[in-house]
Amino acid sequence: MSTPLVSALPPVDRAAPTKRVLVWLCIVLAALLALPLLLPGYQISIATQILIFSILAMSIDILAGFVGRTPLGHGAIFGVSTYVVIYWTASLGGSLWVGMGLGILAATLLAAVFALLAIRTSGVYFLLLTLALGMIVWGVCLRSTGITGGENGLRGIGRPGFLVDHVHFYYAILLVTVPVTWIIWRFVHSPFGLTMRGIRESESRMRSLGYNVPLHLFLAFVASGFVAGIAGALYAVFNDFVSPSTVQLSQSVSALLMAITGGVGTLFGAFVGATAIILLENVVSVFTARWPSVLGLTFVLIMIFAPEGIVGRARILLAKRRRRS
Amino acid sequence: MLEIRDLHCSYGDAQVVHGASLTVGDREVVALLGRNGMGKTTLVRSIMGLTSPQVRAGTITWMGDALLGLKAHEIAGRKIALVPQGRRLFPSLTVTEHLTMLKPIRTKTGWTADRIFGLFPRLAERRMNRGNQLSGGERGMLAVGRALMLDPELILMDEPSEGLAPIMVQHLEGIIAQLKAEGLGILLVEQNLYSALAVADRVYVLETGKIVYEAQAEAIAKTPDILTRFLGVH
Repeated sequence: MSTPLVSALPPVDRAAPTKRVLVWLCIVLAALLALPLLLPGYQISIATQILIFSILAMSIDILAGFVGRTPLGHGAIFGVSTYVVIYWTASLGGSLWVGMGLGILAATLLAAVFALLAIRTSGVYFLLLTLALGMIVWGVCLRSTGITGGENGLRGIGRPGFLVDHVHFYYAILLVTVPVTWIIWRFVHSPFGLTMRGIRESESRMRSLGYNVPLHLFLAFVASGFVAGIAGALYAVFNDFVSPSTVQLSQSVSALLMAITGGVGTLFGAFVGATAIILLENVVSVFTARWPSVLGLTFVLIMIFAPEGIVGRARILLAKRRRRS
Repeated sequence: MLEIRDLHCSYGDAQVVHGASLTVGDREVVALLGRNGMGKTTLVRSIMGLTSPQVRAGTITWMGDALLGLKAHEIAGRKIALVPQGRRLFPSLTVTEHLTMLKPIRTKTGWTADRIFGLFPRLAERRMNRGNQLSGGERGMLAVGRALMLDPELILMDEPSEGLAPIMVQHLEGIIAQLKAEGLGILLVEQNLYSALAVADRVYVLETGKIVYEAQAEAIAKTPDILTRFLGVH
């Protein structure tokens, strides 16, 4: 099989963002860089929170959008990272940077444990199993008062001096978010990312093509947990406090809703979803105490009119417009 | 060489293959013929180790090693590729992605995406189209191309001519002949008798899960009574 049957054509294009996408990314990046010049301190803090939760929503999108497994336990993975960072720095007096590394490591290990138990399931069973695993973590955090402080939670030691300023902290988080996003983008567009999409569409087909599907699912879950761990570690520095509410179900649901609202499988939709939900929470709650109802109604409308999510819907509309022109 | 001996397969309590035996030699194209529901696809799925059906008894060996008990990905790793019935492409992946998911695009050895595009120029024109945007013929080409990216030594083709226009079937026959010349063994599962006879060295006929006839391809073409008896061809 050494000689080609027919002379080769020009090489195949590599998966790469189109010029239009790159232009848009540059505009978004410029806007993100300029944001602190336009917003007051509190709103910069909300923008920082949006960036952190975008990373968490992207970690969910790796599984929900690219492997076809929707997790409901990522709040626990995220929160464990936060717990480890704050416990390491506040209770053990360790370095923040080492603590962040340990937090990410703990989240990755927890994701590996979750993955071992959950990868043989799919659909609603996967959802429920990850939910149950998340509940176990929540229960442990609630009851292990000696370590986690129980319901009282743990308070951190505060941010390092150069990160106390909202603007500096925002830029620091942006400095992490951009490469993390780029790495996730490369990951989901790598040959491994293609296998994840193949598994989403047919596991048996992938098996007959020579793929060890459980191993790929495990690795995807661990990668997703690693990213959630990064978000959790950043959140520890941002919030400087952790309690069982950080690992509870509502955290997982909220992050999943961010991914869904932005558009599952779009990756960048995580930013749109996180922005929409965090802004809704913060803006609507100023005007009415019934903001959760407004939030619920918004989700219902999105699910009815844009089940593909905001970015997914925008892509469809753009594609239609392009076809027409 | 692929060797199947006295294979019994079932779906739950329903036995579908009853003691089938066949061989596929190196550089040999073997056609497995039979009408609908005779157990052809079941036999192929059993070779590939796909979860259902269950193999109750018998042996499947490839190059002397037993395949039974191995997982599908382990069997594919032994250079056996499947072109499944109905093509089974990935709707959201482009033609290029179908090929490059199996091998880094930089790979220069064995089958590469460029080489597949050389074999199927039509696919090269469609390289950015998704699996669900291809015609039946293009889907068939891509299913074969995807299987080739595994650098197989044996390809199992499950009704590759199904639903194809006669011109495409002829093209496919040409491809099979080229693959044979490249040194591949091929087990061709077909209902299209004339297409199978055009490329096969040997032919087996499967009826209600049993091999009821085996002959050289030239011989079967000269015995119309066999064709009528087993395949309903006049």
